[in-house]
Amino acid sequence: MMRLELVKRPQRSALFSALSPFIAFALTIIAGAIMFALLGVNPLTAFRIYFVEPVSQVWQLHELAIKAAPLILIAVGLSVCYKANIWNIGAEGQFIFGAIFGSAIPVLFPQFEGPLVLPLMLLLGMVGGAAYAAIPAFLKTRFNTNEILTSLMLVYVAQLFLDWLVRGPWRDPQGHGFPQTIQFGDSAVLPELMPDAGRANWGFVFALVAAVLIWIMMGRMLKGFEVRVLGSSPRAGRFAGFGLSRMVFFAFLLSGALAGLAGISEVSGAIGQLQPVISPGYGFTAIIVAFLGRLNPLGIIAAGLVLALTYLGGEAVQSALGISDKVARVFQGMLLFFVLGCDTLIHYRIRLIGLALTKPEGAAKLEAAPKLKEAR
Amino acid sequence: MDITVNILLTIATAATPLLIAAIGELVVERSGVLNLGVEGMMIMGAVGGFGAGYLTGSPWLGLLAAIVMGAVFSLLFAVMTLSLATNQVATGLSLTLLGLGLSGMIGTSFVGQPGVRLPNLDIPGLSSIPVVGKLLFGQDPVFYISIALTAAVMWFLFKTRTGLTLRSIGDSHASAHALGIKVIRYRYLSVIFGGACAGLAGGHLSLVYTPQWVENMTAGRGWIALALVVFASWRPWRVLAGAYIFGAVWIGQLHAQAFGIPVPSQMLSSLPYLATVVVLVLISRNKRLTMMNTPASLGQPFVPDR
Repeated sequence: MMRLELVKRPQRSALFSALSPFIAFALTIIAGAIMFALLGVNPLTAFRIYFVEPVSQVWQLHELAIKAAPLILIAVGLSVCYKANIWNIGAEGQFIFGAIFGSAIPVLFPQFEGPLVLPLMLLLGMVGGAAYAAIPAFLKTRFNTNEILTSLMLVYVAQLFLDWLVRGPWRDPQGHGFPQTIQFGDSAVLPELMPDAGRANWGFVFALVAAVLIWIMMGRMLKGFEVRVLGSSPRAGRFAGFGLSRMVFFAFLLSGALAGLAGISEVSGAIGQLQPVISPGYGFTAIIVAFLGRLNPLGIIAAGLVLALTYLGGEAVQSALGISDKVARVFQGMLLFFVLGCDTLIHYRIRLIGLALTKPEGAAKLEAAPKLKEAR
Repeated sequence: MDITVNILLTIATAATPLLIAAIGELVVERSGVLNLGVEGMMIMGAVGGFGAGYLTGSPWLGLLAAIVMGAVFSLLFAVMTLSLATNQVATGLSLTLLGLGLSGMIGTSFVGQPGVRLPNLDIPGLSSIPVVGKLLFGQDPVFYISIALTAAVMWFLFKTRTGLTLRSIGDSHASAHALGIKVIRYRYLSVIFGGACAGLAGGHLSLVYTPQWVENMTAGRGWIALALVVFASWRPWRVLAGAYIFGAVWIGQLHAQAFGIPVPSQMLSSLPYLATVVVLVLISRNKRLTMMNTPASLGQPFVPDR
């Protein structure tokens, strides 16, 4: 019988730190090939359709940017949370509330036009996301309530609230009963970057700017240092005078605001109105993006593009091969699994041990133990 | 009278999956492991249970498949967190994400198919006693399993030596390891038990509660089960009480929708989730009490030093 044993490295391995996302990606490809084979599809054909064809033309790259923008925006915010050991997993809800807040202007005041509309919408979107994220932050700091569960529960509430809005008070009266708001006016639509080449809008630029700003903050500013210290050792952070409660609020408000910005950008850019469902799970996929990007904002840009490709690939295999587009979710889940597994290599060496061979020193200790038990 | 009995019956049916999943997770957390993948294991159990029931025509085989599916899926989590010492929060999350995707893919061909339903218990004579007959002797088999499971876990954790060992691992894996207890082995078995329970809970959903396959049909129940464990301060009988309170909330909002109460249905639907938040706040307000009850090693990775 074989057994895995982890041996702690004296220091974290820089080599595996850089390699692990690539190993994880390779393993995902292998597992994906097995999956496609099981589904009765030639893996090579499937991979060509999944990973190559969706990005072989310029307009398709624009679609990639549209999908990557919300993922990157949300994930850079989450990376700050996770670095600080604060678990905001309700970004999907914050995304929705950002979209709702921002949409209030074009829906409630459609006659309000001009260059001010869009900046106000984006601002409101950030406020909405941050406000919704403030709830779990408040509950955690004030009542010590587990933020994982509260932030997640609020996702369901947000989805139902949006559903009520677009079927009830905000429904387009001329929409033939469809559950959707009016189409946003021209000044409420996020402009496309290069209208001649494709649909990509300014949301992608926001994502890149946010990633670079957070990267600067984490690496060059005191706040970033504070995040890292409180994340790895809350005790040391307290001695340094960093407040944990303040950090909880900071991380939640920041990630909420970015998720909210992603939400309003998606609605005003890619969709153009509010609908019952405005996100194919961006808030959850962004968690994968954050980890695949090693919680590093620049890594997250790359990871966001990879995960965006899994969405496009899922749609492509569905239309070309008739496989469920859930394949995308499976790829995303596997990728996160392998990333987490490979990260172990950064801190540990893995040894395979055959039990029948030489006994490690620990074995003697273990054998002595039953006697101890009997002696009691 | 009949209406009351029927409402009580539906509450029991709604509470059963919450109870089973939460009892399983309680054992896992008592051993010091936080598995946030309950939702994922549950949905895998639901799709596995439905699929096996639909293909073989036997709801019992379906139930068995649900249990096996949950257990096998949890093994993935166990290998990652216990053998590779990965972050438990992130790994649990990824288990949930993977489960939701995988179940959707497996279940594509099951959508809209008629399922099989596990028959209710029917003891001639006893089941027809007015009022209590239906409640005590006429429910679905999983209901009885859930009650027996709760009692068994209670006895195991607090009356057996192995249960004591398991709890000691949850409170200090380092000390337990120093005493020669095989921490990792105990935790593997706990996680697999939790997975089997979550799978069974999912099977109840797709073989009893609504005998069909609907994508994401667990609708956050796995997360509510996780909250129940916190709410119950890691005590089995409180999990039982909590599960029935939540079952009542769930059924109450459905009845309110059916009666046409002039409140948006979406608001009623969000009640179970809001109730979870409120309950968590109430229970965690007392910081000292929470600290005392939480297994001290909960969520911390453990690598045996040799």
